[in-house]
Amino acid sequence: MVEDRRLGDAIAYVILTIGVLIVAFPVWLTFVASTWDAATVINGQMPLWPGPYFLENYNRILFVGTSSTTREPVINMMLNSFIMAMAIALGKIFISVLSAYAVVYYRFPFRMTAFWIIFVTLMLPVEVRIFPTFKIVSDLRMLDTYQGLAVPLIASATGTLLFRQFFMTIPDELLEASKIDGAGPFKFFKDTLIPLSITTIAALFVIQFIYGWNQYLWPLLVTTKDSMQTIVIAIKKMIVTADALTEWQLAMATAMLAMLPPVLVVIAMQRLFVKGLVETEK
Amino acid sequence: MAQVTLSNVKKVYAGGVEAVKGVSFDIPDGGFCVLVGPSGCGKSTLLRMVAGLETITSGEVAIGSRVVNQVEPADRDIAMVFQNYALYPHMNIYDNMAYGLRNRGTPKDEIDRRVKEAARILAIEPYLERRPRQLSGGQRQRVAMGRAIVRNPQVFLFDEPLSNLDAKLRVQMRVEIKKLQRSLGVTAIYVTHDQVEAMTLSDKLVVMNAGQVEQIGLPAEVYRKPASKFVATFIGSPPMNILPGVVDGHGIVALGDTVLQAHDLRDDLPAQTPVEVGLRPEDVEIVSDDDAGSLPFDVEFVEELGATQLFHGKLAGQPFVMQAATGDVAAQEGRLWITVDPDKVHVFDPKTGARLGKD
Repeated sequence: MVEDRRLGDAIAYVILTIGVLIVAFPVWLTFVASTWDAATVINGQMPLWPGPYFLENYNRILFVGTSSTTREPVINMMLNSFIMAMAIALGKIFISVLSAYAVVYYRFPFRMTAFWIIFVTLMLPVEVRIFPTFKIVSDLRMLDTYQGLAVPLIASATGTLLFRQFFMTIPDELLEASKIDGAGPFKFFKDTLIPLSITTIAALFVIQFIYGWNQYLWPLLVTTKDSMQTIVIAIKKMIVTADALTEWQLAMATAMLAMLPPVLVVIAMQRLFVKGLVETEK
Repeated sequence: MAQVTLSNVKKVYAGGVEAVKGVSFDIPDGGFCVLVGPSGCGKSTLLRMVAGLETITSGEVAIGSRVVNQVEPADRDIAMVFQNYALYPHMNIYDNMAYGLRNRGTPKDEIDRRVKEAARILAIEPYLERRPRQLSGGQRQRVAMGRAIVRNPQVFLFDEPLSNLDAKLRVQMRVEIKKLQRSLGVTAIYVTHDQVEAMTLSDKLVVMNAGQVEQIGLPAEVYRKPASKFVATFIGSPPMNILPGVVDGHGIVALGDTVLQAHDLRDDLPAQTPVEVGLRPEDVEIVSDDDAGSLPFDVEFVEELGATQLFHGKLAGQPFVMQAATGDVAAQEGRLWITVDPDKVHVFDPKTGARLGKD
């Protein structure tokens, strides 16, 4: 098999390279488009290398915004998106780690009923329950607020399930040793369970941050004020314009900026994230 | 340091399964009590009730003079060593040992002194900064014991602590546990299914079966005078041979065509009462064929164990095993004539399994 390896490696690299090109080319095109002026992008003869308008385009979109469509600088929208994504990710982790702890370690009446009710909500994603959820949020006067953006998306069966499965792999003896060591339920949670779950928490954080950041339908419904719009909505607004030319270079720059935070989160958490997904060691 | 007293302790699980059916005994201060029995006999459940990890359905457990039925595990003044060590994987060895003391609010310098002292006794000082996963099984076991020692408890509880170790390490740790317990003078309860551990460690051996105590006594006593067929076959390796026979007069049992004297046999049994006769493989002696009361043993094959040899074959139509020092008996198939010291013949009731001894 030794003589075959070089050829095999070469084929693998060729396939991988093709794959990377297919995935990376649109991203590159987006980036290139964000560095030219409107005329160059629109006339259909845009070069495949970056142009001279990088600073101008990004400066304008970040700190000034477009007057006709979004009417807000993108930096504000990024802040909105960031607050929403963080609130969703952290809120989900907080709620699901606690609910999983209760379901796994406590023996209370209707424990399994509670678990199955949580489980069943998996079948009711936001899109299905969107009208009643909107009604509640609106009755609570949470339209156009951060709470309105984040709270309805925090309830999560996936997180609870993930933590439940993880907690069930932790040997009972650890709990018993904690009991003998004089650690009460909260101390066991804080001193043993959370440190052991840290990789699972990181994995869930990455997934939920991206989920929150990419939300489109829900922010579209609950925000009407320009100051509350999120970056994903802004991209859409910039592209579909009623009575003006689409400023493609600005829309592309916004898209590039929208991509940035999730990528940074993944890179920052990558080591923990991968560990959390593959690790079986207790 | 304290005496542990169990009085009529029962455990019934929610499904109605009776795991422990009323057990009473006590362990003197500084004693080493081993609970031994096959898996599912209730020995671990009993230990966990002493630890406070299982509720006690009825009966009482007392440590010292205090009944602890309703006392939290942390307040029972016990320390437990688990089979899989149950070390906290995210803490280093020092913190693993110090955790319990910190939770009790022990002063920092006192914790430091006790942890270092325990580490010195157990020779794990170089590893204090490491995580459990960086240690070998034997080292982890030492840390688990260290965690028990630093608490300075009244009772040590061991739940099959050596089962996860390889055979050589097991023997070594067994000796260390015994030495440690002696030098600290702490009362210990030790659960195992390994009869060698049970014999060597205990000064009070409790043999359990199906949720009940079969026999309590010194290990030598349990070995010499097993109270039931279960104990007889469970303690001793290779296990005792059990052969069907009948009573043939005072102190005499018949096995097929031949008779055997049995000193410890009740006098009130009529002749022809069916019994079961127990003969330990190591109690068998070779005699010449014309000796009175010798039994014919047809050897079918021989197992070599180094110092000793095991002769497998048939005696009075029943499977039979004999053990002899290597070289004492020619290791070959064929007929041997054997006998057993009348003091070492055990007779049991075939129905109840109880010993049919005098007294």
